[in-house]
Amino acid sequence: MAARGPGRVSVLLPTYNERDNLPLVVWLLARTLTDSGIDFEIIIIDDGSPDGTQEVAQQLEKIYGSDKIVIILFLFPSGTAYIHGMKYATGDFIVIMDADLSHHVRLPFTYCGYTLPQFTFQKQKEGNFDIVSGTRYKGNGGVYGWDLKRKLISRGANFLTQVLLRPGASDLTGSFRLYRKEVLQKLMEKCVSKGYVFQMEMIVRARQLGFTIGEVPISFVDRVYGESKLGGNEIVSFLKGLLTLFATT
Amino acid sequence: SAPLAGLPLSVSPFPLSPQAAMTKLAQWLCGLALLGSAWAALALAPPGLQPPAPLRQALLPLPVYLLVAFGCYSLATVGYRLATFNDCEEAAAELQEHIRAARADLRRRGLRL
Repeated sequence: MAARGPGRVSVLLPTYNERDNLPLVVWLLARTLTDSGIDFEIIIIDDGSPDGTQEVAQQLEKIYGSDKIVIILFLFPSGTAYIHGMKYATGDFIVIMDADLSHHVRLPFTYCGYTLPQFTFQKQKEGNFDIVSGTRYKGNGGVYGWDLKRKLISRGANFLTQVLLRPGASDLTGSFRLYRKEVLQKLMEKCVSKGYVFQMEMIVRARQLGFTIGEVPISFVDRVYGESKLGGNEIVSFLKGLLTLFATT
Repeated sequence: SAPLAGLPLSVSPFPLSPQAAMTKLAQWLCGLALLGSAWAALALAPPGLQPPAPLRQALLPLPVYLLVAFGCYSLATVGYRLATFNDCEEAAAELQEHIRAARADLRRRGLRL
């Protein structure tokens, strides 16, 4: 068992049919974390992908070493993949890269800029934060490939969220966060919502519990142009989730 | 590209303060009840207890004014934020570059798709 340096980061990546994207995500993470001198491991939690994702994951394990790549097969409702993956995490910090915690990592994944993990970690050290959250709405954070309608809905929804929940974070549905491991465990116990509302609930509860939250700007790049999940259904379920949080937190 | 300063939030020294124990809905209802009853007491008072006429004239439509003012504030804020929503051209280009580099590097290191 290799020595675990302090401040080791565990990145949780639930996957389903990500044969093409997984190597890219792993390469990007590995390169930037190595360059920043951050000790890390990437935990791939696969939901039984039929497309060969696991073979690719195994090849990556050979390339990067089993110290750095951990592969878990998890054939349960993917909402619990993170909880399961966390059990295997040996790091002091956990990185989660997906806004919708009931989905696997997929493109568009939050490409947060090559050096994001470094800055996220820096931020964490600077302020000794319990959570560092990526925000698309502040600093030089932003999006790419979004049309006006999508931006409007995003800003409108966020405004509503700020008014109703006063969460103390500018972006509750962005998709890159760093947590202290104990903090994440505590929050996962306390939070009951499903999907991306869970992610929102985590920030609200974190504030209530007195955890410190820092923010770094992120760039959300849609690789699949035109892919928009903002249909009427999405909006309705977002509103339902928001109102539920309003009434229960 | 350099990061920009994030916005650290300080720890609340009293995590179990009354604010934390009440849900947001409860806070709103409390607040509205307080303001509402104050307004009702002053604006809808029986003739004997009414405040002076000018004050009453200002008070009666106040809730509507506030609602409209909030509506305008909301529109202005969302509009401003929409207009200043960054487009990350550089990040997108950077991503394409990194994807190329990643494919080449991984191929070299033995990844077979």
